Amino acid sequence: MVRESSIMKVHYYTGLAAIVLVAIHILFRLTVPEGYSASLEYENVIANYKNISYTLVLELILVTVAVHGFNGLRVILLELRQGDAWESAVKWLCIAGAVAIIAYGTRTIILASMM
Amino acid sequence: MKENREGVKGWLNPTRYGANRFAYWLQRLTGLGLLIYFIAHVIETSNIVYGKSAWEKMLAVTQTNEGHIVLMVVIGMCVFHAANGVRLYIAEHGKGIGRPGRPEYPYKPTSLGLGMKACIWVSVALAALAMMYGAYVLFGEA
Amino acid sequence: MKRVKIRVFRYNPADGADARYDEFEVEAERWTTVLDALLYIKAHKDHSIALRYSCRMASCGSCGMVINGIPRLACYTKVYELGSDVITCRPLTNFPIIRDLATDFTAFFAKHKSMRPYIINDAVDRIDGREFLQKPEEVEKYLQFSYCIKCGLCYAACPTVATDKRFPGPQALAQMYRYLIDSRDMATDERLKVVDDRHGVWRCHFAGSCSMVCPKGVDPALGIQLLRAYLLGMSRDSKVVAELYRREK
Repeated sequence: MVRESSIMKVHYYTGLAAIVLVAIHILFRLTVPEGYSASLEYENVIANYKNISYTLVLELILVTVAVHGFNGLRVILLELRQGDAWESAVKWLCIAGAVAIIAYGTRTIILASMM
Repeated sequence: MKENREGVKGWLNPTRYGANRFAYWLQRLTGLGLLIYFIAHVIETSNIVYGKSAWEKMLAVTQTNEGHIVLMVVIGMCVFHAANGVRLYIAEHGKGIGRPGRPEYPYKPTSLGLGMKACIWVSVALAALAMMYGAYVLFGEA
Repeated sequence: MKRVKIRVFRYNPADGADARYDEFEVEAERWTTVLDALLYIKAHKDHSIALRYSCRMASCGSCGMVINGIPRLACYTKVYELGSDVITCRPLTNFPIIRDLATDFTAFFAKHKSMRPYIINDAVDRIDGREFLQKPEEVEKYLQFSYCIKCGLCYAACPTVATDKRFPGPQALAQMYRYLIDSRDMATDERLKVVDDRHGVWRCHFAGSCSMVCPKGVDPALGIQLLRAYLLGMSRDSKVVAELYRREK
């Protein structure tokens, strides 16, 4: 079984990594000369997805935030109620949630970068 | 015997035990809020793969005044959660919380000292500033 | 002198009635503590009120209760310093109620015991009378945490204990650090295994309420963060196991 300290170290590092990655993500919306609204125009967003470094940042955000967020949810749910069945259900629910959102987001990144 | 456990009520009242308890409450609320936004954001942006009209339809829903207010709240949650998260990372690694010593009356706990309190209020201030900047960017173009 | 209204939580599982508050008016001097007021009520107005107390000087840790929403020792809280004409006394939260203001500490003490709150060292010499040598700075690493009187106020204030029955609580975790960092103790790895659990030290989120209410300046939140930092490998080098020393006659 994975020790709680290993899980929580991952929680720390994904949290710290997410700060840097999300900052880059937001800068991509703020550094377009025509302004924020223009950065969201279809052509500009597709151009972002064609930038391999940016898609890598998006994928990393997806993984780090999903792992950090669903582990945070696991912590809250473990503290809310106790019992072996509940704790096992919480663990698998959070793993499934993180995997599902990573898979769904990755699909968007792959399809958008091929458009 | 009556169980008498405080339950979720114990989490929900941030007013009783000072700045750290307030930060605990806000960190938890912002964490949950950000997780909900993250899931919604991954789903809303997936519209890009269905072509220009689907993307613009999504923008017509989200790029509204209500959408901008939601985004401002998200910016505030994000900045507070990040700044307070860094404070917790440092404190939970045993730094910035003082050292054990010989407690003397009136027993001011070193772990809840001025440094930690200042970090909490700086996190709140940074969140407020980021929200204002967000409002300037989001509503400035209108 | 001022007159204050004391609201006392009343509940007796034996009579099957719902919990209620009884109200009493008492006169308080500047030096009157909440315990003094409660004992006055018990002596002159209603002797059936159940509460636990002993030393009346914040040494025994018996008279913990929630006074105006915050866990406090009744003997250590003056009526005047509360700044209110109405004082509400409830039993400590997160402890089962035996009757009225008296709570059951069985689970609390069981968690304390599960931390093995004693020095573990095979080299202890019971025959030859040798003792361990400790420098003052080694003593200062744990001394503060050894002032704990097990009053349970931190346990009543902790938001994690409020919902997590398996969480040891601030008192037990701070005691774990007290023994772990003691240079006479050799059971570091075993101790870390006990707290590195799904419901162990990681369920503390540094809400600091424990340290806020501690009447002895133990600062359990500090102990818990240092315990976690030790687990994260931040101060492993700082512990050197003490040597045995023969005192000169």
